[in-house]
Amino acid sequence: MGERENKGQEARGKGQEERKPKATRDEYGEVLLELGKKRSDIVVLDADLSSSTKTGKFAKAFPDRFFNMGIAEQDMIGTAAGLSLAGKVPFASTFAVFETGRAWDQIRLTVCYSNTNVKLVATHGGITVGEDGASHQALEDISLMRSLPNMTVIVPADATETASVINTVSEYKGPVYVRLGRAKVPYVMPDDYRFRIGNAFTFHVGKDVNIIAAGITVATAIKAAEILKKDGIDTGVINMSTIKPLDEKTLLSVARSSKLIITAEEHSIIGGLGGAVCEFLSENHPVPVKRIGIRDTFGCSGNPDDLLKIHGLTPEDMVRTVRKAISLI
Amino acid sequence: MSVITKGKVSDVDKLKDIAKKVRINILHMLTKAGSGHTGGSLSAVDVAVAIYFSRMNFNPDDPYWKDRDRFILSKGHAAPLLYAIMAEAGYFPIDVLNNLRKIESPLQGHPCCKSLPGIEVSTGSLGQGLSVANGMALGLRLDNNPARVYCIMGDGEIQEGQVWEAAMTAAHYKIDNLCAVVDSNGLQIDGPVQKVMGIAPIHDKWSAFGWHVIDVDGHNMKDILGALDASEKTKGRPTVLIANTTKGKGVSFFEDKVEYHGITPTPEEYEKAVKEIHNG
Repeated sequence: MGERENKGQEARGKGQEERKPKATRDEYGEVLLELGKKRSDIVVLDADLSSSTKTGKFAKAFPDRFFNMGIAEQDMIGTAAGLSLAGKVPFASTFAVFETGRAWDQIRLTVCYSNTNVKLVATHGGITVGEDGASHQALEDISLMRSLPNMTVIVPADATETASVINTVSEYKGPVYVRLGRAKVPYVMPDDYRFRIGNAFTFHVGKDVNIIAAGITVATAIKAAEILKKDGIDTGVINMSTIKPLDEKTLLSVARSSKLIITAEEHSIIGGLGGAVCEFLSENHPVPVKRIGIRDTFGCSGNPDDLLKIHGLTPEDMVRTVRKAISLI
Repeated sequence: MSVITKGKVSDVDKLKDIAKKVRINILHMLTKAGSGHTGGSLSAVDVAVAIYFSRMNFNPDDPYWKDRDRFILSKGHAAPLLYAIMAEAGYFPIDVLNNLRKIESPLQGHPCCKSLPGIEVSTGSLGQGLSVANGMALGLRLDNNPARVYCIMGDGEIQEGQVWEAAMTAAHYKIDNLCAVVDSNGLQIDGPVQKVMGIAPIHDKWSAFGWHVIDVDGHNMKDILGALDASEKTKGRPTVLIANTTKGKGVSFFEDKVEYHGITPTPEEYEKAVKEIHNG
């Protein structure tokens, strides 16, 4: 509990802002390689995207423990379940859209219902996939995974958190979905941050409004909060990196301390972080909630910055949304 | 340790007797349950009994024993077959069979590994078992564990695309500690397999995917044992038995009847069926 509350924006800013942004998938590739050196029970599966998901590093170092399954995601998930039932700890990776959409029934039956120790680590979540366009931009993956019993759903905010998440889930027994991104993201978490499943990280609790974010929107929320602070609007930022199980305790205390909650995610506003927060608060502490995310539409081609702009996910957009929401209450 | 060792039941007549008992228990539990899959449970009895009782190492007192051989019923709707075999093998008392499909029973409508230890993985949504079997076989191989993996599929089931993804994988990774079975009874819910969605020639398809394919009379115990011997000797590629079977086998008035895919015997039919099996 103490660690969860190691809050305050002062916790941030110890060097991480000077570091160059890094894609969470790049961090994954490196951490997985290190895990492979330490543990012989770690095995990795990929569906012909190991150069993009960065599992290729592990593949090169440990060819006997790497299984390229070809372009066959359903088989990949089943095989991963089988490897886990033989005592291995499989990490199965591909793009989020294929991992969760193409193989959803396989995840449901052989991973969740069978409660096998499979780690689904998907890259290319959200619209910042960019130029490949809508077919490759997973905007529904969190929703798909969150509705499955036994599943844990994690969306790390930056490379620091990704490293901690991968190490943590490698020691956790049970199904996990980790959503990573293609694009580089700034460092936001403290260097000494330790991720724990189900523990949100509070940067600051705002008296006026609190933004619950996950993934790349954490950095966006921090910037938006700084702008709003200048206007006299005390805005809190919470990194809800575990979307399931939700950190209900933190959420409840934040909801009690402000009159408005904003959720922000690079995902459909239906069924993701915004959905999870609304479900919990409406039953336990009803407060106004405004969801920022993709508004029930598909993505399109473009560079990530342009895509964030047209979907209203820049800090400036977030500031506008917060002001408008405040005016309504 | 009551480890059932290889070759414990190698006598063909004894295996036939076990198959009879298993058939009767399948009918008994389906009659009690009033719902479930009769035809496809009965068609796969002889192959499954041969695998379990003549080949597999397992220990009902220690279902997760790491050196056990693994059995996956990919055609999960034949759950009554798996339950009857497990009862016979000593995983649970025979009277548990009375609870098939009842509320809070470990004997779920389709196999659930979390409610009944001894079931390796939950099945029921078709086409997924072979992938899991491949993963287990690869894991065992990484550990130099000599245990083998068996996987029974239906012939309708192999219409699922994932089966062929898994078929590629097994050949690509030269998985030879695996023996798959296609219970080729020729019927599926909507009618004859060839009418619903033709899959012939089954033998050639598996062969083209790089498998050692053995055609076998799926109700001839001696034939089945010979094929299992051959599968154990096959190195560098996976083996599949194409078991030619009759849906509803053992009960004349169920045999080859499409409608008995998903309906259960009446108490009168049950009495008649048991007599037939005893005399058969």
